[in-house]
Amino acid sequence: MKKDLLGIADLTREDIYLILDTAEAMREIGLRPIKKVPTLRGKTVVNLFYEPSTRTRTSFEIAEKRLSADTLNIAVAASSVLKGETLVDTALNIEAMAPDVIVLRHASSGACHLLSRICRSRVINAGDGMHEHPTQALLDAFTIREHKKRIEHLKVAIVGDLLHSRVLRSNVLLLTGLGADVWVSGPATLMPAGIERFGVRTSTSVDEAVADADVIMMLRIQQERMHGVFFPSLREYFNTFGMTAARIARAKPDVIIMHPGPMNRGVEIASDVADGPFSVILEQVANGVAVRMAVLYLLAGGAEGD
Amino acid sequence: MPVVMDADRMGRSLARIAHEIVERNRGVEELALVGIRTRGVPLARRLARAVKDINDHDVPTGALDITLYRDDLMRHAVGPQPLIRRTEIPFSIDDKRILLVDDVLYTGRTIRAALDALIDFGRPKAIQLVVLVDRGHRELPIKADYVGKNVPTSRLQSVQVRLAEIDGRDEVEIQDA
Repeated sequence: MKKDLLGIADLTREDIYLILDTAEAMREIGLRPIKKVPTLRGKTVVNLFYEPSTRTRTSFEIAEKRLSADTLNIAVAASSVLKGETLVDTALNIEAMAPDVIVLRHASSGACHLLSRICRSRVINAGDGMHEHPTQALLDAFTIREHKKRIEHLKVAIVGDLLHSRVLRSNVLLLTGLGADVWVSGPATLMPAGIERFGVRTSTSVDEAVADADVIMMLRIQQERMHGVFFPSLREYFNTFGMTAARIARAKPDVIIMHPGPMNRGVEIASDVADGPFSVILEQVANGVAVRMAVLYLLAGGAEGD
Repeated sequence: MPVVMDADRMGRSLARIAHEIVERNRGVEELALVGIRTRGVPLARRLARAVKDINDHDVPTGALDITLYRDDLMRHAVGPQPLIRRTEIPFSIDDKRILLVDDVLYTGRTIRAALDALIDFGRPKAIQLVVLVDRGHRELPIKADYVGKNVPTSRLQSVQVRLAEIDGRDEVEIQDA
């Protein structure tokens, strides 16, 4: 493993399996009466979040605390960033207090790479703009592997707002890298140009994408990132691309339905699907803690230096 | 290099330890075996079978990975972290007499970590230590309750325990550095 976790693009297949196998062991800690091990005692982890987040931030914080790290959260809404401080200055000031790990969520693609170049601390990407969200893809892979016992040759249909999704980019890199047959589907206006070059099949027909799928992964319509009109109305979007029980019936009988959250019920996914028997959405959340513990251990659990 | 224990000798040592366990813990109902990964786990399973042969009682058996509790995790020379495997203790250890099983007792640091790990699972009535080989050179005040064989060694030597379940055959060998 490298010093930082900036994206799936930096990981080898062996790194990915090492993280998933380590996460298997980490999950058991969450089932104990005392959900804590002393592994990162004395290490300091800063969670620096420039965008709102419930799941990812909470998940990282719980993972850090279960490994006995000292954690602190910087929510930008209550920080000097509002006074005009740049990311680099904020990072250098945090660095001056000698943390061991910085977990960064930022609206700009590449923000983590910038931090990685200037920081001695280890940097974990918790989502950078429209680029990558590696721990999400890892927890998705962990969840898929748990249900299907493998990733190779599974048909995975990823449906929704492809254009704005960092979850898509990380998942495509990871799943194609491990040999899955990945289909992506959504409105043509939300289809990134040249995405076929990543080794995925594309279709603007959800029915075609989900036919005989082993896994259906829904992506949120990210209205906060949309500058312009990509489809006529949310209601029309749901009718054309929303995941409904009728559409799931075209997939394999043991299909699993995933969503990275937060969900827009009635937009990309029908409520009865989100809460239905095929949904593993809350398992994804539970697995996120184990996967992040694995990443923290593998990056920060050993001796200093590279 | 000298083989200090062969399969026959190992089988007899484990059978003797099983008898000592039964004798010393009148009533085996409260007993549970916990093997320290890697080679403590098959040893614990063999002891469970041996105890069952004696009095037809099933002793619950678990596996403990102590990597996350090691005191040398942060001190290793640069290199990949040790791989963590799953801890599996599918029973409550509260008020049980835990028999902690490992292959070699050396500095005692592994046992220290295992005690910390176990206590995070509950409050056992007692913890006893079973080792196949005690090679001396303790760095902590830790002593085994049941020993397969005491093997005097120098610190420069290493003790290799091989078990059929993992290594294809049963033997203990001392190797010079």
